Amino acid sequence: MSGGVDSSVAAALLAEQGHEVIGLSMQLYDQSDGQTSFGSCCSIDDLHDARRVASALDIPHYIVNFERQFNEQVISNFIDEYAAGRTPLPCAHCNSDLKFATLAERAAGLGAEAVATGHYARVERDADGDRFSLKRGVDPGKDQSYFLFSLTQAQLARAVFPIGHRPKDEVREYARRRGLPVADKPDSQEICFIPDHDYRAFVTKRIPEAGREGVFVDEQGRVLGSHAGIHRFTVGQRKGLALASPTAAPMYVLALRPADQQVVVGPRSSLEQTRLTASGVNWILEEPAGPLRVAAQIRHRHQAAPATVRALGDAHAEVVFDTPQLAISPGQAVVFYDGDAVVGGGWID
Amino acid sequence: MRVYFDYNATTPLAPDVTEAVVRATRDVFGNASSVHHFGQQAKAAMDDARSAVAALVNGDPSEIVFTSGGTESDNFAIRGAADALEPTGRRHLIASAVEHEAVLNTLRSLARKGWRTTLLPVDHTGIVSADRLRDAITADTAVVSVMQANNEIGTIQPIAELAAIAHEHGALMHTDAVQSAGKIPVDVRALGVDLLSLSAHKFNGPKGAGVLWIKRGTRMQPIVTGGKHERNRRAGTENVPAIAGLGVAAHLAAGKLSSEGARIAALRDRLEAGILGGVAGTAVNGAVDARVPNTTNISFERVEAESLLIALDLEGIAVSTGSACSSGTLEPSHVLRAMGLPTHRTQSSLRFSLGMFSTQEEVDRVVEVLPRLVEKLRGLTRKAG
Repeated sequence: MSGGVDSSVAAALLAEQGHEVIGLSMQLYDQSDGQTSFGSCCSIDDLHDARRVASALDIPHYIVNFERQFNEQVISNFIDEYAAGRTPLPCAHCNSDLKFATLAERAAGLGAEAVATGHYARVERDADGDRFSLKRGVDPGKDQSYFLFSLTQAQLARAVFPIGHRPKDEVREYARRRGLPVADKPDSQEICFIPDHDYRAFVTKRIPEAGREGVFVDEQGRVLGSHAGIHRFTVGQRKGLALASPTAAPMYVLALRPADQQVVVGPRSSLEQTRLTASGVNWILEEPAGPLRVAAQIRHRHQAAPATVRALGDAHAEVVFDTPQLAISPGQAVVFYDGDAVVGGGWID
Repeated sequence: MRVYFDYNATTPLAPDVTEAVVRATRDVFGNASSVHHFGQQAKAAMDDARSAVAALVNGDPSEIVFTSGGTESDNFAIRGAADALEPTGRRHLIASAVEHEAVLNTLRSLARKGWRTTLLPVDHTGIVSADRLRDAITADTAVVSVMQANNEIGTIQPIAELAAIAHEHGALMHTDAVQSAGKIPVDVRALGVDLLSLSAHKFNGPKGAGVLWIKRGTRMQPIVTGGKHERNRRAGTENVPAIAGLGVAAHLAAGKLSSEGARIAALRDRLEAGILGGVAGTAVNGAVDARVPNTTNISFERVEAESLLIALDLEGIAVSTGSACSSGTLEPSHVLRAMGLPTHRTQSSLRFSLGMFSTQEEVDRVVEVLPRLVEKLRGLTRKAG
């Protein structure tokens, strides 16, 4: 229970269905240090909201402290990825390495049979009864299956997504009808542990050397100017380059080269690619024996595009799109869909 | 059956206290500062309470200042003495490393205003040694603050010995007696202190009422300024119903200190023996002898205290990992860390604290339930590891 409307409604629905529900909220980072002005701390407020909802539902509620695990499993990876010139996806790591791992173990220790979250996704037990498929949430604008691609069968078997088959406005409407105190709370945005959205400052604070100066180069290797650290850029970025384009056409970030602190820039056409490889690939049901036609999604807000995926063994895969895709970013996930069903996914190399 | 073994966090009201609070709330609404009959009634209720609390700590009623609770009393003791002594050139404060946050954070706050502060280390049982204080104290030390009994482990400190050292150097001695008052004899003269804090809700009184005992003649500045309440020492219209309840709670506690102490110690020892004998890999944290009778702090090897606490609550058994944190989350105990316990042990320790309504059935229920819960949590740890 994050204190948001989605997990609150998830808990409410389960309680209404007669399940014995225990509310758990994760304390993930300490924002109390150095706090000089009162009332600016969001995380404590969210935990407080979760407690109010649990109280309204008359279920027990506990805050579990996962600061250490969150730092080791999510934040460190986030920092390392940026420093390596990649664009990290911390929410996916948090799901597979924390929520459906450490938190699920805690829940099991308390005798819980399943872990429910407020994700917009669906888990379905196959007809034969011993395998679980993962599907998109029914609200296309809210679907979060992209962030859940790395769940294993064992994790899916114990996962429950009570709001996955409801659209967001219905979830809010339900919260209002039940009088939940968070019914009109705005959706959370961006990365939870960087409340001011300034991930550049966050990265530089953790690894000062990430802020080393470097240069912009074009595709031919010509130096076009200098910049204040590659972690300030992501593939596909156009704003904030402060570069005079030699051709007057807009310039985009094409690639990041951490070894020599170079940011490669070029025209939009150079951002388009048809092929990618991925590692750490997870197949929800089973690894396909041959090439598989899928719709592949390369960002949370990307319209999955027709592609052919081939398993390369050792959790690697190759994806070839039918048409070129814009800004394929290393560090993001590529998730393969067959209709609504997640076939698998991996981390873009 | 719900079992409440968290009396060090707070206690339920004694029935006589509830009655006194209700009666005062209903019948004694006057402002104690008023001249008329209604004011005099309130004043009389407070005088009764003042005498009862004074008797509990062997002080004089004129030395009792009512506050909003233990935290305010600790703030008042340290800030009030620091303010009063600053003109004399003293700029140094000493406390033990295992104090309550009310003391530790007050020192931190004063450190930001230029005061030097020293935290005295403790040994592996949580006790402050006189030698450590001798090493730390200087000619400009204003206040030494050491709690009489620790909230997390119950360990009792050698306050009289420490007070003598403080006085040799002209410093004031404060003791936070929040966890000892009502549990063991607290005698301000025998302890030799200048300032002593206590709180009503730790001994079956109401929340929102506490006391700072200030030895007659001690130079203090008020920290809450306003009207001439409490002989100019603490401004603000008095919380008469809570103070009336405090008085009754003090009277009740004083009357049965030894009999109740022995009863609760027997229950605590039964609980402790039951856990140590019934659950492998358990050990008591803190001093075993120099301890208040109601507290035991036990570590459960290879178990996250956080999980065990929740599992117990789901079984209807309320315990604690130590001092309740404001955010409701669980942080590694500064007390257990100061004792030098390794991280795996500070994170696997639970505090059981008993009191007025605790029974042998409750103790036996906890002893019966614990092995199963611990086994389950350990099984998961093994799989995960």
